[in-house]
Amino acid sequence: MSIDSKQFARQIRRHALQMTSLGGGAHIGAIFSCADILAVLYGGVLNVDPAEPESPIRDRFILSKGHAGGGLYAALAECGFFPVQKLLTHYQDGSDLSGHVSHKLTGVDVSTGALGHGLSIAAGMAYAGKLKSSSHRVFCLLSDGECDEGSTWEAGLFAAHHGLSNLVAIVDYNRIQGIAPISDVIELEPFADKWTSFRWAVQEVDGHDHAALQRVLGSVPFVAGKPSCLIAHTTKGKGVSFMENSVLWHYRIPRGAEYDAALVELEGQS
Amino acid sequence: MRDAFLGMLTELAPQYPEVLLLSGDLGFAVLNEFIARFSRQFLNVGVAEQNMSGLAAGLAMEGHTVFTYSIGNFPTLRCLEQIRNDICYHSANVKIVCVGGGMSYGAVGFSHHATEDLAILRSLPGMMVLSPCDLWEAAEATRYLLSHRGPAYLRLDKSTAPVTMRHGETFRPGIIRTVREGSNVTLAATGGILGEALLAADALAMRGIFCRVLSVHTIKPLDVDTLATAASETGGIISIEEHAVDGGLGGAIAESLMEGGVSPGFFVRMGLRNTFSSVIGSQQYLRTVYSLDAASIMQTVSSKLGVAAEIVS
Repeated sequence: MSIDSKQFARQIRRHALQMTSLGGGAHIGAIFSCADILAVLYGGVLNVDPAEPESPIRDRFILSKGHAGGGLYAALAECGFFPVQKLLTHYQDGSDLSGHVSHKLTGVDVSTGALGHGLSIAAGMAYAGKLKSSSHRVFCLLSDGECDEGSTWEAGLFAAHHGLSNLVAIVDYNRIQGIAPISDVIELEPFADKWTSFRWAVQEVDGHDHAALQRVLGSVPFVAGKPSCLIAHTTKGKGVSFMENSVLWHYRIPRGAEYDAALVELEGQS
Repeated sequence: MRDAFLGMLTELAPQYPEVLLLSGDLGFAVLNEFIARFSRQFLNVGVAEQNMSGLAAGLAMEGHTVFTYSIGNFPTLRCLEQIRNDICYHSANVKIVCVGGGMSYGAVGFSHHATEDLAILRSLPGMMVLSPCDLWEAAEATRYLLSHRGPAYLRLDKSTAPVTMRHGETFRPGIIRTVREGSNVTLAATGGILGEALLAADALAMRGIFCRVLSVHTIKPLDVDTLATAASETGGIISIEEHAVDGGLGGAIAESLMEGGVSPGFFVRMGLRNTFSSVIGSQQYLRTVYSLDAASIMQTVSSKLGVAAEIVS
């Protein structure tokens, strides 16, 4: 798939804004933070095909930060995994689109929502891939907050020990977790050093720089024989000035004047 | 039972190349034969049960049949959310194996006693729960699980009842086995403690009291028909489990009979009552302390049937 990833990212943010506003739920700040990463992944990095969503050789993607489900739904709909109109059912009674990502939907491999689960499942898939010498990769997008979870590091130890070079963890490092900045809760620094000491090959990137994301995600594994960790430095709420770097916009629902203002800002982006 | 499980798994592993055995760094020496023969089908994931359960889900999603293996509460309570969200919600083909059901680990202490696992695991949607009473049931449950699809829990006791298999009998998952016929009272037991029920039944039979002894090797799905028949054909039902009385075998029987409109003549749940197994001692000693041994079962029967206590003492 070859598409304009910046346009794609803007579409993801627009859909997500509308979905969270209509649905009255979800985590808009956390979605905006990783919208560029999702756009680059689904804009060409991932080997996935909506015509063959169950293909055994597809790349697997696990959104471990399941609260950004709206962003993944938007990316999948834009790719053609299901009709874009379906996005409007997000959070609605009887919908397939739960706030936290659901595998009931075509194109989603794994349901998440409880933090610290995704990397273990991804490691299991990667280990299975190694066992059958399959060429597919497993990408897992984590939040920085879920690096508080011990289970994330259990999976980290395992993946390195078994040299899961077909596994890529991307951490959306926006430095704001549920109700406060990371620096006030549980500081993660030196963050890259932690992953390195866990024997992962680590790279850091501006998580909103599409060219940089494409370059670095196009060069996995970073080191042969090691799992890859990409620390993506991001801005929570990226794309709407009053949402950026704001703890408030982890949970707040964009409505009324705030919705209109946010839409105007997104429309104005190229 | 552990060896019966591993023996069957080792025997059949060549027929099931998709099977993987994951250990949470337990099974010293006893896993050696499996590891030596099927190194590609074994993985020691370390002391990390949350990761083990998530890994198992991911491996199952890629087509493997995965057994997670540890002791006591480690493969269950420690990683309950991974079992719920990653395994059960995805109907992943993962079999959780607990070695040391109930108070098997005796003097090791309460941390290693699995006494709430049946209640908790059976509440999970899609989870099958198996709790064999003897080596034959343990081996046959293992054989069954190799071809079963979906999540299951296998609780293995260190103690075992004497072999209860009748000549030519086949193991039917989900169907209670009647291991003694009788009409005065029903003793419905799960796990190795069924051996205590058999001892009690034999002693009571000498005194003219005939117990129907049921091995409830499958807690979920529960064989309600056999229990309802027992309720109508015998004087009452006594459930016996090395587990809390809340929500385990006794709870499951009570729920299903009540919902089915079936009232046994009397109903007693024998198990741990709102207590930890905090006394130190062997499994057998603890059964005595917590009134779960054959003598306690006989006392309960005599008291419910209104028989003079001295005939069973």
